[in-house]
Amino acid sequence: MFALADVNAFYASCEKVFRPDLRDKPVVVLSNNDGCVIARSKEAKRLGIKMGVPWFQLKSVDFPEPVIAFSSNYALYASLSNRVMAHLEALAPRVEQYSIDEMFLDVRGIDSCMDFEDFGRQLREHVGNGTGLIIGVGMGPTKTLAKSAQWASKEWPQFGGVLALTPGNPRRTEKLLSLQPVEEVWGVGRRISRKLATMGITTALQLARANSVFIRKNFNVVLERTVRELNGEACISLEESPPPKQQIVCSRSFGERITTYEAMRQAVCLYAERGAEKLRGEHQYCRHISVFIKTSPFAVNHPYYGNVGTEKLHTPTRDTRDIIDAAIRALDRIWVPGHRYAKAGIMLNDFTPTGVSQLNLFDDVQPRANSDKLMKVLDSINHSGLGKVWFAGQGSNTEWQMKREMLSPAYTTRWKELPMAILR
Amino acid sequence: MLRFIAPLSDPALLTLPLFTERCPAGFPSPAADYTEDELDLNAYCIRHPASTYFVRAIGDSMQDMGLQSGDLMIVDKAEKPQQGDIVIAETDGEFTVKRLQLKPRIALIPMNAAYPTLYPDELQIFGVVTAFIHKTRDKT
Repeated sequence: MFALADVNAFYASCEKVFRPDLRDKPVVVLSNNDGCVIARSKEAKRLGIKMGVPWFQLKSVDFPEPVIAFSSNYALYASLSNRVMAHLEALAPRVEQYSIDEMFLDVRGIDSCMDFEDFGRQLREHVGNGTGLIIGVGMGPTKTLAKSAQWASKEWPQFGGVLALTPGNPRRTEKLLSLQPVEEVWGVGRRISRKLATMGITTALQLARANSVFIRKNFNVVLERTVRELNGEACISLEESPPPKQQIVCSRSFGERITTYEAMRQAVCLYAERGAEKLRGEHQYCRHISVFIKTSPFAVNHPYYGNVGTEKLHTPTRDTRDIIDAAIRALDRIWVPGHRYAKAGIMLNDFTPTGVSQLNLFDDVQPRANSDKLMKVLDSINHSGLGKVWFAGQGSNTEWQMKREMLSPAYTTRWKELPMAILR
Repeated sequence: MLRFIAPLSDPALLTLPLFTERCPAGFPSPAADYTEDELDLNAYCIRHPASTYFVRAIGDSMQDMGLQSGDLMIVDKAEKPQQGDIVIAETDGEFTVKRLQLKPRIALIPMNAAYPTLYPDELQIFGVVTAFIHKTRDKT
């Protein structure tokens, strides 16, 4: 048996945890650069605010009560996500973090001491008490069915946010799948569901009853696996430790278009530093460094320009200085003045777990002395929550940086931004 | 013998070595087998790390409790509030520090005689203050 726990309206709920004044208020969270709505509290949903609505449109709408908007505060969301994870790990033996707000749990054998749904309610209470966040729990013999149960627990409030599909009660599973549109099934996207509809398959139950050979022929083995999973055959197992990353990408859209080389160089330098930090977090060394820059494909009257420059190093590195050097060399090769750039990023590839490699007798670049120690100091300062140090190449000019005008404090990760309580 | 131990600069984790024996030079340490776990201020103050939050106290100080403006409160959200606990309560849309009374009737007793005792219909408690830290120098 698998369980899927997910936090209701996660980003919007996180914004409410430390704001008692917002308890019953409509809250929305905006995407990077305060673009459009990516999360809504239940009060905001009730006002009819749709996912993906641009903020500039929403701002001018007259709602019966004011809608409170926040820029996305990933430091806060990541911290609360870890706390939810820790609470689930306290009750379930094996937990896989599937996304920032969804966790798969292995709940095999729980039914020998308590009912699955009782256990689900216990999880819900435990997480709620410790974090103030409400989770929904769906359970089933496969991950796909657990996801379907979780979908249903949201769709019908009478389940109270907890629903278990057990092999002992196949009719209940059938009933639920017959009510679930096929595009809501885990792993079935909009494109696949359109193609399925032309074959007369519109519900999850119809997909479950489809011939698996037919599905593999017309689609792929992935959808065949989904069919088997819907029939209770577990094909996807729990992945407790995510496989080591093969690539690190660090990119952002700019708050304002970049037109000068200096600003672009600062941005690339920032992403290179961030990428190098992530690389060290993964305990990897990289040899391949690519930089990409592009203008907005939607800009009228401006020709589109986008390009990628790649540098290959002789020796694998995880020293920020080497990565910045390579990134700037790559940028210099692809930089074309006169464009209004909307986005840039850096990609690190070709990882090795150790820095060991054959040095070349005629190499110009020598491995740097004490590199690991220096980087360790750098990372520990930056992770301490007390302050940041960065390379001068990044500049202190932040005009182009992501727009986050409605950012909430990082309540749990910065000493200066702790929540406050009035002494009376 | 009185020994002063300088605290570490990292305020989140304070570890102090604790040896039960003195170590004579030149010999392999006879204390090696007796080294005990280092003292961790986190372990001392925090029972449930995942449900513990730090909250800053602001406002009129509460002399008899010793809790002053600027102090750091360690708040456990998972603890069940009990009679007499210092709690972070939600009143009028803000967090306030109160002493909780459950019997004979539910009340939030203020920390300062200048404010009235509240008798809320619905009790909204963020968490229980399990400890507070008052820095005597360097208040950051």
